[in-house]
Amino acid sequence: MLKVSGLACSRGERRLFTDVGFSLETGEWLHVQGSNGAGKTSLMRLLVGLSPADAGEINWRGEPTPSLEFRRDLIYLGHHAAVKEDLTPLENLRLAAALDGIAVDERAALAALIRLGLRGREDLPVRVLSAGQKRRVLLARLLTRPAVLWVLDEAFNALDVGAVQLLGELIAEHLAAGGMAILTSHQPLPVPGGKALVL
Amino acid sequence: MRQSIIHWFKFASPQGFYPLAGRMIPWFWAAAAIFGISGLWISFFVAPTDAQQGEGYRIIFIHVPASWMSMFIYLVMAFWAALGLALNTRVSGMMAQALAPTGALMAALSLWTGAFWGKPMWGAWWVWDARLTSELILFFLYLGFMALQAAIDDPRRADKAGAILALVGVVNIPIIYFSVKWWNTLHQGSTINLNKAPSMAQTMLWGMLLMALAFWMYSIAVALTRVRAIILERERHTEWVKHALE
Amino acid sequence: MNALLATVRRDILLALRRKSEVLTAVFFFVIVTSLFPLGIGPEPALLKKIAPGILWVAALLATLLGLPRLFAADHVDGTLEQMALSPSPLGLLVAGKILAHWLLCGLPLVLLAPVLGLQFDLDASALGILTLALLLGTPLLSLIGAIGAALTLGVRGGGVLLALLVLPLYIPALIFGAGAVEAHIAGLDIGGHLSLLAAMLVLAAFFAPWATTAALRVALE
Repeated sequence: MLKVSGLACSRGERRLFTDVGFSLETGEWLHVQGSNGAGKTSLMRLLVGLSPADAGEINWRGEPTPSLEFRRDLIYLGHHAAVKEDLTPLENLRLAAALDGIAVDERAALAALIRLGLRGREDLPVRVLSAGQKRRVLLARLLTRPAVLWVLDEAFNALDVGAVQLLGELIAEHLAAGGMAILTSHQPLPVPGGKALVL
Repeated sequence: MRQSIIHWFKFASPQGFYPLAGRMIPWFWAAAAIFGISGLWISFFVAPTDAQQGEGYRIIFIHVPASWMSMFIYLVMAFWAALGLALNTRVSGMMAQALAPTGALMAALSLWTGAFWGKPMWGAWWVWDARLTSELILFFLYLGFMALQAAIDDPRRADKAGAILALVGVVNIPIIYFSVKWWNTLHQGSTINLNKAPSMAQTMLWGMLLMALAFWMYSIAVALTRVRAIILERERHTEWVKHALE
Repeated sequence: MNALLATVRRDILLALRRKSEVLTAVFFFVIVTSLFPLGIGPEPALLKKIAPGILWVAALLATLLGLPRLFAADHVDGTLEQMALSPSPLGLLVAGKILAHWLLCGLPLVLLAPVLGLQFDLDASALGILTLALLLGTPLLSLIGAIGAALTLGVRGGGVLLALLVLPLYIPALIFGAGAVEAHIAGLDIGGHLSLLAAMLVLAAFFAPWATTAALRVALE
């Protein structure tokens, strides 16, 4: 499904990595490892198509990215909060879905927030939530937005033990249902199996 | 055919373009000097004194070619910008960046000589003449382009952002030009027109043409010199630059 | 198309949660136009003559005031990134944001202009023309301004740079917009002014979202 070969990237004059390649099939996940500044985030941004690669190819379902199909199949959660501080978690979820052209009814959005442990917080402005809770609002999108490929950059940061466990479960369910995931992290992840890519 | 394509693409890389530009620069300087000297000679000594405007009109030999060049250089800049966006060639962005200061210089020269000419003719350093006003706006567009490029640290991003701005500018220039002209006629602006010099004599036409060629050659020579400096700066960490500078 | 409307709804909702930002531009417009008679003197004939120009320049500057925020907030919190990766075309979302910007910043100016025009002793028909010209012109200002806002996104000294990039491109709108009112006061035909404004609006509506999208993709790299 996802086939990457010969990827190279440089920031300014510094070469971050060259000739990165891997392939991913349904039910598999990739753990991108590397020290600070090795280029994990750059690789993620390159994979999803936010920045252009110096060299190399990325193919999704046999077609070069970024294609419309790829963007439909993709969900990318990066370092940013990517939630609006002035809106409530419920509004955030539903508006984000609406921008993606997907209708999410209130029940589904509420169920996602409850699963992420935000019961009772759905009508508060995100501004008053803690960093970990903001992160959970973002992660709720994994449940409301159907996507095959999850690209999660440092998704386990700022989460407490329970939430780390929960995200591990979500990823495992996603993989079992035929999904794919690419994760970055310094620490070992609570997801079994997985390929490793060290930058 | 195939060979010639490869040949051209060699010069599309900074490494291939650098020595080529270096070889061309002296020729353009020489041409600029020849055209310039002969043009100045005609404009000062051969062209007759104007009955209406006296000797002051001779400033058009600088003013008109400078105005032409300032507009033409923006077009060339936009062409390189479009090429850079479409084909992703690195030299294109560098060319656009190298042309901008020369274009701004030409616009400034045109404004300055316009004011210089206006004082004896209209009795004022500045009048809101349609051409002068358009030239002023063009000068602002050059300044905006250079300021945007200077404000962005990553050269690749600076090139692309500058290219988009140049293309937006080139679409807008005719609109701005015609709207300013319309505005001017509506408000009954000055009736003396700087660019329609009184009964253009044959010799004056020649003088102006030679001066335009001289400006043209000068612009190319300066832009090539500047692009060489930009290439060296951006590629300073590559092997071939270290080699070339030894 | 749904995505466009969703973006408009979202941006308006956000603006309603933070009303001060919308009101700043409106108050700016009111204050600047009111300053001119104080600086120039209260002579009605003179004020009437300069009114179209002043109202238009003030509208231009008020629009400019709101532009840096058009994409900056979404850029900082990462929602712009999500938009760029959304299955909906980014151009459509951008068009929605521009439309929302006009509804929040341009439309209040259009509605306020006739009231402010009274300060300058404009008669009813001139006020009507002024409103009509602004109705055609302010969307144009939002569209062109969006290109500048996208180009200067995340750039050092972005606000001042934005003014330098955008103001020269506003000149045709200013000339025809203010010109329409002046021509009307002078008793001339204004059909040409208004149709040229409309033509520029159509042109900008086609190209500006596209150029803005390209600039945003560059800014996100």
